[in-house]
Amino acid sequence: MLSRTAANLFWMGRHLERAETAARLLDVGQRITLLPNTEEGYQNEWNSLLQASGTSELFTGKYGEISQENIEEFIFFDRENPSSVVNCIEKAREAGRIVRTALTSQVWDALNVTYQDLRKIENTPRSRLDTASLTDFTTSHTSTVRGAINATQLRNDGWHFMNLGYGLERADATARLLDVKYFVLLPRIEFVGSGLDTYQWQVILRSLSAHRSYHWAYGGDITAGQVADFLILNGESPRSLITSLYEVVWHLEGLARRYGDAVSAEARDKGRDVMEQLQARDIDMIFDEGLHEFLSWFIQELGTISTLVHQDYLLGGA
Amino acid sequence: MSYYNEMFEGDQVRDPYARLREWVDTMPDDFRQMKQAEAEALFRRIGITFAVYGEGGDPDRLIPFDMMPRVFEQAEWRKLERGIKQRARALNAFLRDVYGRGEIVRAGRIPARLVYQNEAYEKSVVGFVPPRGIYSHIIGIDLVRTAKDEFYVLEDNCRTPSGVSYMLENREIMMRMFPQLFRKNRIEPVDQYPDLLRRTLESVAPAKCEGRPTCVILTPGHYNSAYYEHSFLANLMGVELVEGQDLFVDGDFCYMRTTTGPRKVDVIYRRIDDPYLDPLCFRPDSMLGIPGLMNVYRSGGVSICSAPGAGVADDKAIYTFVPEMIRFYLGEQPILNNVQTWTLWKDDDYRYVMENLGDLVVKEVHGSGGYGMLVGPKSTKEEIEMFRHKIKANPSNYIAQPTLALSTCPTFVEEGIAPRHVDLRPYCLCGDRIELVPGGLTRVALRDGSLVVNSSQGGGVKDTWVLSE
Repeated sequence: MLSRTAANLFWMGRHLERAETAARLLDVGQRITLLPNTEEGYQNEWNSLLQASGTSELFTGKYGEISQENIEEFIFFDRENPSSVVNCIEKAREAGRIVRTALTSQVWDALNVTYQDLRKIENTPRSRLDTASLTDFTTSHTSTVRGAINATQLRNDGWHFMNLGYGLERADATARLLDVKYFVLLPRIEFVGSGLDTYQWQVILRSLSAHRSYHWAYGGDITAGQVADFLILNGESPRSLITSLYEVVWHLEGLARRYGDAVSAEARDKGRDVMEQLQARDIDMIFDEGLHEFLSWFIQELGTISTLVHQDYLLGGA
Repeated sequence: MSYYNEMFEGDQVRDPYARLREWVDTMPDDFRQMKQAEAEALFRRIGITFAVYGEGGDPDRLIPFDMMPRVFEQAEWRKLERGIKQRARALNAFLRDVYGRGEIVRAGRIPARLVYQNEAYEKSVVGFVPPRGIYSHIIGIDLVRTAKDEFYVLEDNCRTPSGVSYMLENREIMMRMFPQLFRKNRIEPVDQYPDLLRRTLESVAPAKCEGRPTCVILTPGHYNSAYYEHSFLANLMGVELVEGQDLFVDGDFCYMRTTTGPRKVDVIYRRIDDPYLDPLCFRPDSMLGIPGLMNVYRSGGVSICSAPGAGVADDKAIYTFVPEMIRFYLGEQPILNNVQTWTLWKDDDYRYVMENLGDLVVKEVHGSGGYGMLVGPKSTKEEIEMFRHKIKANPSNYIAQPTLALSTCPTFVEEGIAPRHVDLRPYCLCGDRIELVPGGLTRVALRDGSLVVNSSQGGGVKDTWVLSE
C-alpha cells in the first residue's frame, strides 16, 4: 500500500473520531447553557472543555459570550475552528476522496452522503436547526461510516490504518478531557466533593457518551475515583484509555504480522510497552502519582506511538 | 442547413432505434422525471463530478446525463473501428518516425517547421524508441457524423484523453435504471475496458522489467478536474493511483513509497502533461513531477504512457496531415475523413478565411475544451469582428474549418424529446495489440441549435450503444 494512502486512511479515521468528539462537546455545551449561570463555575466548565480541544482562546476571542447560538456556530459550523464538525467531516471526506481506491463503495458512499447532507445543513437557515438535530446528524452519520467500514472493508493493512487513526484519536480525546478536568479545576479545592464537583464529573461522562454506561458498570453515586477508573482502566468502557490503547496495539500487531520482519515495528513495540505499564497500575496508584502527571505521561506516549507509526509505515523507506 | 437525424428519417424510425421508439413513446412524463432525478442522485452519490477550470460555483458540478442512448449498428461500428485503428497505427508510426530519421519530413510530405519547431516536440527523447515503438497508448479520436456513412475526425488526442470513466459509468447507470432495455436490445458490453487498458500497459513494460510489471496511474492530485476518473480507473484496474510525491528515482529505477518500503514501478500511465513530469528535465518549478524520471525512462527502467513528446502528433496543425501519414506509412487510403482545414499561416488560406469568417469554425491551434473558438454561423457580427482582430494579431495561432452539419440524436428536454447535436469519442488502446471497445463517449450539446458539445460549455453525455449482430 502507498504510504500516502495509508496516511490518508489514518487521518480519515482520526477526523471522523474527532467529528464525533465535537458533536459530544456540542451536546454538553448546550446542556451547560441550560443551567442557571449564577456560578462562575459553569463558565469555567465550558472553557475547560474547549481547552481539551485546544480551542478555548479561539472561542473567547471570536465569540466571547457563551450562548447556544455561539456554541453551535463554533463547534459545528465554524471553519476557523480546526476541530469543528464541518471541518473534520470535510477533511475526512477529502482524505477519503484521495484514497477512494482503498475504500469500498459502501464506505465511500456513507462518507460522501455525510458530506452532501452536511452541505444541505449548512444551507439551511440556522433558525430551523436545533442542537439536538446537529448532534444526531453527526453521530448517526459517523456511525454509518463506521458501520460500513466494519461491514465491508477488507481486513487488510488499510483497515488497520483507519482503525489506528480512530483508536489513537479516541485515546487522546479521553485523556485530554480528563486532564482538563483536573488540571483546570482541581486548584479550586473548595469544589471537591461538592455538588458542583459531582456535576462536573457528570459533564465529563456525558461528553464521552458514558453517562449511562457508567451507571451500568458501577451503580450508585458518581465519585471521582470511580469515574477515573471507568475512563482510564475499565476494559468494558468503550472510550477508556485502556480500551482505546488495546485497539491501537491490536491493529499495530496486525500490521507487524502482515508485513513481517522486513519492516520495522517500533510503533508496535512501543504500544505493547505502554500497554504493560498501564495494566500495571490501579486507580489508587494513579491518584497517588497525580492524575495530571499520569495523563501527561500517557498523552506523550500516544504522541510517540503516532510518530513511530509515521516512521515505520508512512515515509515509504526513502 | 439540414442535419442528419440518427433516429428518424422523415417519419420513419431507423433500424437501430426501432426498439427504443417504443420505450420512449410509452414512457409516462412523471416516470421520466423520476428516473432523471434518480440518475442525478446516483451520479452525485458515486461522486462523478466535474470541476470546470476558471469558473466559480459548485465545485462538485455534475455533467448532465441524458437517458436517451445513442445507437450504432454493428456494420456502422465495424467501419468506424477499422478507420480508428488505422488512424492509431499511422499516428504511432509518425511519432516513431519523427523521433527517429524523420522520413516523412525528408520526403517533403510534412513541413519540417511544423514538426521540429512544434512546442510539443520533445527533443530530449530523440533517438530513444519506447517499448514496441508505441508512443501513444490511449488515443481518443473525436468524430462527428454528417450523413449515414459520413464520419469526420475533428481531432486526435494522443496525450491523455479523458472521459472514458463517463463511457463506463453511463453504461452502469443505464443498466441499473433500465435493465429491461438491455434485455430487449443486444448491446455490446464496454466494461472490459479497464482490463484491456491494464493489459495494454503491461504489454509495454520496459526491457529491464522482470516478471509481471507493476503499473501505476500518475495523477496531478485530487484538485484536478479529472481526479474522479483517475481514481475510478485505478480502482477497476487494481493498480495504485500515485502522485509525484509518491514516486522517487533511485539509481536505474523508479520506486513508489509504500508502507513496506520502496517498491519498483515499471509502467506509469501518467495523467499529467509533459512539462510537469520531471523538474530536472522540464519545468524546474513543477511540484507534480519526479526528479530524475526522464533519465530512468531513457535508459529503459520505466515506461511512460503516453510517451513524453507524443503530443506532437495531435496538434491541430499536424492534424491536417494525418491522411498523408496513413498513405505514407501504411500505404492505405484513409477510411475516415479529415475535415477540410485552412491553416491561417498560408496566405491563400488566410484570405479565404477572412472573407468567409461568418461561415467557418475557427480554433486555436493549441486550444482545447471548446475555449477560444469561433462558430461563425452561431455568432453575432460583433463577436466575429472581435475574433477577426485576434486572428490578425497572430494568424499562425489559428486554423479554420467549415461548419459541419453535425448529426443529431433525440434527447430528453424539458418539453419531451428533441434532436440535439452530438459527437463521439471512442478510446483506442495501442500495445502489443490495437484494441477498441465497442462504444465511446457521446457528448451532446444540450442547448437547442448549439454545436458545441464540450462539458465546459454546457454539454452533456449519453450512453453509446453498439448493437451486436
